[in-house]
Amino acid sequence: MTISREELFELLTAGFPDAEIKIDDLAGDNNHYAAVIKSSKFRGKNKVQQHQMVYSALKGKMGNELHALALTTEEKK
Amino acid sequence: MTEIQKKIKEMINKNKVILFMKGTPEMPQCGFSMTVCNILKQLKINFFSVNVLADELVRQGIKEFSNWPTIPQLYVNGNFIGGCDIVKEMYENGDLEKTLKQ
Repeated sequence: MTISREELFELLTAGFPDAEIKIDDLAGDNNHYAAVIKSSKFRGKNKVQQHQMVYSALKGKMGNELHALALTTEEKK
Repeated sequence: MTEIQKKIKEMINKNKVILFMKGTPEMPQCGFSMTVCNILKQLKINFFSVNVLADELVRQGIKEFSNWPTIPQLYVNGNFIGGCDIVKEMYENGDLEKTLKQ
Protein backbone atom coordinates (compact mmCIF):
# COMPACT_ATOMS: atom_id res chain seq x y z
CA MET A 1 0.00 0.00 0.00
CA THR A 2 1.37 3.34 -0.99
CA ILE A 3 0.28 6.93 -1.37
CA SER A 4 1.33 9.34 -4.10
CA ARG A 5 3.13 12.56 -3.36
CA GLU A 6 0.19 14.47 -4.90
CA GLU A 7 -2.34 12.74 -2.67
CA LEU A 8 -0.22 13.43 0.38
CA PHE A 9 0.09 17.06 -0.62
CA GLU A 10 -3.68 17.37 -1.13
CA LEU A 11 -4.47 15.90 2.28
CA LEU A 12 -2.00 18.18 4.01
CA THR A 13 -3.21 21.25 2.11
CA ALA A 14 -6.81 20.44 3.03
CA GLY A 15 -5.84 20.16 6.70
CA PHE A 16 -3.57 23.21 6.70
CA PRO A 17 -4.80 25.62 4.04
CA ASP A 18 -2.38 28.36 5.08
CA ALA A 19 0.67 26.14 5.27
CA GLU A 20 3.95 26.12 3.44
CA ILE A 21 4.46 22.44 2.71
CA LYS A 22 7.53 20.69 1.44
CA ILE A 23 7.46 16.98 0.69
CA ASP A 24 10.37 14.73 -0.23
CA ASP A 25 9.93 11.17 -1.43
CA LEU A 26 12.93 9.74 0.42
CA ALA A 27 13.22 6.37 -1.22
CA GLY A 28 11.35 7.00 -4.49
CA ASP A 29 8.88 4.28 -3.54
CA ASN A 30 5.76 6.32 -2.63
CA ASN A 31 6.08 4.94 0.87
CA HIS A 32 8.79 6.86 2.72
CA TYR A 33 8.36 10.60 2.82
CA ALA A 34 9.71 13.57 4.70
CA ALA A 35 7.48 16.61 5.11
CA VAL A 36 8.09 20.07 6.47
CA ILE A 37 4.89 21.92 7.33
CA LYS A 38 4.77 25.53 8.42
CA SER A 39 1.33 26.63 9.54
CA SER A 40 -0.19 29.23 11.84
CA LYS A 41 -2.52 26.46 13.11
CA PHE A 42 0.39 25.11 15.15
CA ARG A 43 0.43 28.21 17.37
CA GLY A 44 0.26 27.36 21.06
CA LYS A 45 0.52 23.61 20.46
CA ASN A 46 3.36 21.41 21.62
CA LYS A 47 5.18 19.10 19.20
CA VAL A 48 3.11 16.05 20.09
CA GLN A 49 -0.10 17.99 19.47
CA GLN A 50 1.30 19.42 16.22
CA HIS A 51 2.16 15.98 14.89
CA GLN A 52 -1.22 14.64 16.03
CA MET A 53 -2.87 17.40 13.99
CA VAL A 54 -0.90 16.30 10.94
CA TYR A 55 -1.82 12.65 11.48
CA SER A 56 -5.47 13.58 11.80
CA ALA A 57 -5.25 15.53 8.51
CA LEU A 58 -3.97 12.30 6.96
CA LYS A 59 -7.25 10.61 7.96
CA GLY A 60 -5.88 7.33 9.26
CA LYS A 61 -3.50 6.74 6.37
CA MET A 62 -0.44 7.18 8.57
CA GLY A 63 0.80 3.77 9.62
CA ASN A 64 -1.40 2.12 6.99
CA GLU A 65 -1.13 3.27 3.35
CA LEU A 66 1.73 5.47 4.44
CA HIS A 67 4.53 3.61 6.13
CA ALA A 68 6.95 6.39 6.97
CA LEU A 69 6.67 10.12 7.19
CA ALA A 70 9.48 12.03 8.84
CA LEU A 71 7.75 15.15 10.12
CA THR A 72 8.97 18.63 10.87
CA THR A 73 6.30 21.05 12.01
CA GLU A 74 6.84 24.74 12.56
CA GLU A 75 4.64 27.61 13.53
CA LYS A 76 4.21 30.14 10.75
CA LYS A 77 4.49 33.64 12.19
CA MET B 1 -10.53 0.87 29.66
CA THR B 2 -9.81 -2.50 28.02
CA GLU B 3 -7.41 -5.10 29.45
CA ILE B 4 -4.67 -4.18 27.04
CA GLN B 5 -5.03 -0.46 27.75
CA LYS B 6 -4.72 -1.22 31.47
CA LYS B 7 -1.65 -3.35 30.85
CA ILE B 8 -0.01 -0.59 28.79
CA LYS B 9 -0.79 2.03 31.42
CA GLU B 10 0.74 -0.21 34.08
CA MET B 11 3.93 -0.71 32.06
CA ILE B 12 4.24 3.03 31.51
CA ASN B 13 3.72 3.80 35.18
CA LYS B 14 6.21 1.16 36.32
CA ASN B 15 9.10 2.28 34.11
CA LYS B 16 10.63 5.75 34.20
CA VAL B 17 11.81 5.47 30.61
CA ILE B 18 9.96 3.08 28.35
CA LEU B 19 10.26 2.67 24.60
CA PHE B 20 7.67 0.89 22.49
CA MET B 21 9.63 -0.22 19.46
CA LYS B 22 9.93 -2.69 16.61
CA GLY B 23 12.52 -5.28 17.57
CA THR B 24 14.89 -5.03 20.51
CA PRO B 25 17.61 -2.51 21.42
CA GLU B 26 20.15 -5.18 20.41
CA MET B 27 18.37 -5.84 17.14
CA PRO B 28 15.95 -3.11 16.08
CA GLN B 29 13.70 -4.10 13.18
CA CYS B 30 13.08 -0.62 11.86
CA GLY B 31 15.28 2.39 11.21
CA PHE B 32 13.15 4.76 13.30
CA SER B 33 13.24 2.46 16.31
CA MET B 34 16.99 2.12 15.86
CA THR B 35 17.44 5.89 15.81
CA VAL B 36 15.65 6.34 19.14
CA CYS B 37 17.58 3.43 20.72
CA ASN B 38 20.86 4.94 19.58
CA ILE B 39 19.98 8.33 21.05
CA LEU B 40 19.11 6.77 24.42
CA LYS B 41 22.30 4.71 24.35
CA GLN B 42 24.28 7.83 23.46
CA LEU B 43 22.85 9.58 26.54
CA LYS B 44 23.62 6.47 28.61
CA ILE B 45 20.00 6.14 29.67
CA ASN B 46 18.69 2.83 30.98
CA PHE B 47 15.36 2.15 29.42
CA PHE B 48 12.75 -0.54 29.35
CA SER B 49 11.79 -1.63 25.87
CA VAL B 50 8.69 -3.34 24.55
CA ASN B 51 8.88 -5.14 21.23
CA VAL B 52 5.50 -4.47 19.60
CA LEU B 53 6.23 -6.99 16.87
CA ALA B 54 6.03 -9.72 19.50
CA ASP B 55 2.51 -8.75 20.58
CA GLU B 56 -0.10 -7.58 18.09
CA LEU B 57 -2.41 -6.45 20.92
CA VAL B 58 0.24 -4.13 22.32
CA ARG B 59 1.09 -2.93 18.82
CA GLN B 60 -2.48 -1.78 18.18
CA GLY B 61 -3.14 -0.88 21.80
CA ILE B 62 -0.29 1.58 22.15
CA LYS B 63 -1.42 3.44 19.02
CA GLU B 64 -4.83 3.99 20.58
CA PHE B 65 -3.41 4.69 24.01
CA SER B 66 -1.22 7.54 22.75
CA ASN B 67 -3.44 8.62 19.85
CA TRP B 68 -0.32 8.18 17.77
CA PRO B 69 -0.29 6.03 14.62
CA THR B 70 3.36 5.01 14.45
CA ILE B 71 6.10 3.15 16.33
CA PRO B 72 8.49 3.94 18.09
CA GLN B 73 6.91 5.77 21.00
CA LEU B 74 8.83 7.04 23.99
CA TYR B 75 7.41 7.65 27.47
CA VAL B 76 9.32 9.32 30.31
CA ASN B 77 7.88 9.61 33.83
CA GLY B 78 4.50 8.55 32.52
CA ASN B 79 4.40 11.27 29.85
CA PHE B 80 4.30 10.66 26.13
CA ILE B 81 7.37 12.33 24.63
CA GLY B 82 6.81 11.49 20.97
CA GLY B 83 8.03 9.43 18.06
CA CYS B 84 11.35 9.39 16.27
CA ASP B 85 11.16 12.92 14.80
CA ILE B 86 10.35 14.61 18.10
CA VAL B 87 12.91 12.58 20.06
CA LYS B 88 15.57 13.48 17.49
CA GLU B 89 14.65 17.15 17.57
CA MET B 90 14.69 17.18 21.39
CA TYR B 91 18.02 15.37 21.44
CA GLU B 92 19.54 17.96 19.15
CA ASN B 93 18.27 20.96 21.13
CA GLY B 94 19.10 19.46 24.53
CA ASP B 95 15.50 19.17 25.78
CA LEU B 96 15.59 15.39 25.83
CA GLU B 97 18.47 15.22 28.27
CA LYS B 98 16.69 17.69 30.57
CA THR B 99 13.48 15.67 30.42
CA LEU B 100 15.30 12.39 31.08
CA LYS B 101 17.12 13.76 34.07
CA GLN B 102 13.99 15.05 35.78
